[in-house]
Amino acid sequence: MSRARIGISGSATEFCGIELAHPIINASGTFDAIAARRVFGEELISRLPFSAFVSKTITLAPRAGNPPPRLWEEGAGMINSIGLPNRGLGGFIERDLPELAALGVPLIVSVMGTSAEEFAALVEGVAGRREVAALELNISCPNVHSGLIVGEEPDETLALLAAVRPLTGKPLVVKLTPNVADPSVIARAAEAGGADAVSLINTIKAAALDPRSGERWLGAGGGGLSGPAVRTVALRQVADVADAVEIPIIGMGGVESGSDARDLLTAGASLVAVGTASFRDPLAAERVRSELERGDGVRH
Amino acid sequence: MSDRSKSDGDRTQAPLGRRPAEVVANQASGGYRIVSGLDRLGPDPQAGQFYMLASERGWGEGAARPYLPRAFSVAGAERGAAGAEGVRLDFLLEDVGPGTGRLARLEPGERLLLTGPLGRPFSTPREVDPEAAGAILIGGGIGIAPLAVLRDALAAAGVPTRTLLGFRDEAHTGGIELFRCSEVGLASEDGHVGHRGYVTDLLAQVLEGDQAGTAVVYSCGPPAMLEAVRGLCAARGIACELAMESPMACGFGACFGCAVPLAAGGYIRLCVDGPVVRGDRLETALVAGAGHR
Repeated sequence: MSRARIGISGSATEFCGIELAHPIINASGTFDAIAARRVFGEELISRLPFSAFVSKTITLAPRAGNPPPRLWEEGAGMINSIGLPNRGLGGFIERDLPELAALGVPLIVSVMGTSAEEFAALVEGVAGRREVAALELNISCPNVHSGLIVGEEPDETLALLAAVRPLTGKPLVVKLTPNVADPSVIARAAEAGGADAVSLINTIKAAALDPRSGERWLGAGGGGLSGPAVRTVALRQVADVADAVEIPIIGMGGVESGSDARDLLTAGASLVAVGTASFRDPLAAERVRSELERGDGVRH
Repeated sequence: MSDRSKSDGDRTQAPLGRRPAEVVANQASGGYRIVSGLDRLGPDPQAGQFYMLASERGWGEGAARPYLPRAFSVAGAERGAAGAEGVRLDFLLEDVGPGTGRLARLEPGERLLLTGPLGRPFSTPREVDPEAAGAILIGGGIGIAPLAVLRDALAAAGVPTRTLLGFRDEAHTGGIELFRCSEVGLASEDGHVGHRGYVTDLLAQVLEGDQAGTAVVYSCGPPAMLEAVRGLCAARGIACELAMESPMACGFGACFGCAVPLAAGGYIRLCVDGPVVRGDRLETALVAGAGHR
């Protein structure tokens, strides 16, 4: 944890040239602001607990998502295998983007492709939109050409950045997977390829068994673990990546309190994302921020 | 909003965030419990809507389940009950796991943490079918809860209603008093009360009757029962609305966990596009993972 960071507080901050009211955002795929507005009405807009909004990951073609069951509860978290359901690029631009733009905070759009060409089409389709402040590249998926998981291979990560970096001047955030021996190796490749920031951690590969049958519980077989169970893993990986790269870091993984957020900021993160905690309380991120501002935050 | 379902403008919206509600009662009801909380800040829920519930203490602490809140249809709602300011919300529950077990042990004076009311409520019979002249309610086990609220709403609207409730055995029977002062047809698989057999046997008899063709069927219960109801209604061309259950982390559309397959392909999120769904929209009511609490 060698880097001197900006003051660790809940106050206004800057990220890749984007002015933010505070350092707490959402983790991709853990908050659907469009659905939440249907449920909570205009209070969702007036009291949005995030200083920037990260979209659910979009893909080039629409996806229905994985067969259920998609969730498994653990004592300190949960396993999900949602499978990136989304409308696809065209549906996102036409239907989701106008509603996300109405949130009134900078919008970071998460994209995932199965080849450099798909990623390029997504970046070209999204980056030119004035509603979009930055893009997050979800690289926890296989490259259909090589069969390798892009985010598990530094060469694949570097090649992907080489394909998409020239396409936009907007900030590109690379979402790192924790399912590697050393995420700082991938972070260095992302930085070398021109990424403006990295975000971590994604969920940790996990599985659960049906207590009655002994078969895999989740419809897709396995899934990803999130929640307080992964917090110390996230802290270690954020610290390691902070030692390895100069670009800013969005830290996330099991954040439930101001104290958890402060730990990630201390480890070198510039922003902190709240994810699974929002499932339990849609205003969890507001509490995290206020605890961070007050300098307290009871551990949960 | 472009992707609003037809009923979005009609659903009661929830205050943003999770709020405490004092537990004012926790009573045994047969083999079940009725836990009541006083919600001072929320609106009156509609029949079929649900809340995400957790206890303030003993939930999400340490390494033990429960971690996530649990979804419960509201089984009763009364504003100003016993002179208190707010809405008394009743939830019918059975201790079948760490979450329901913790809720079943709540004591008056403790606090619930709740988010809601959530989800799409039941439609009126006329909204389902313009020709509808009545309603048939069929509930199974703990799933009778939302039908109690619906029964009251239909009675207040003057809709002729028949109510059929089924239970497995005596240990899995309760909540019948929620259907106060109304005529109820009962069934139990062990025969301890009412017809010995499935409540869907009673539904099949009712649907043979002359007036059934102009009724809308409303149902809530275990997946196998809902699938049987769906089949009976489809065979007779009778519209039905089913209040369903699916594993759910958030209740407000965030987690995408509560996917239910549609006949037309793809999935809906039960929390925001349900929990009340028209039977003919579904591929199946046999929701994978339902009942694991």
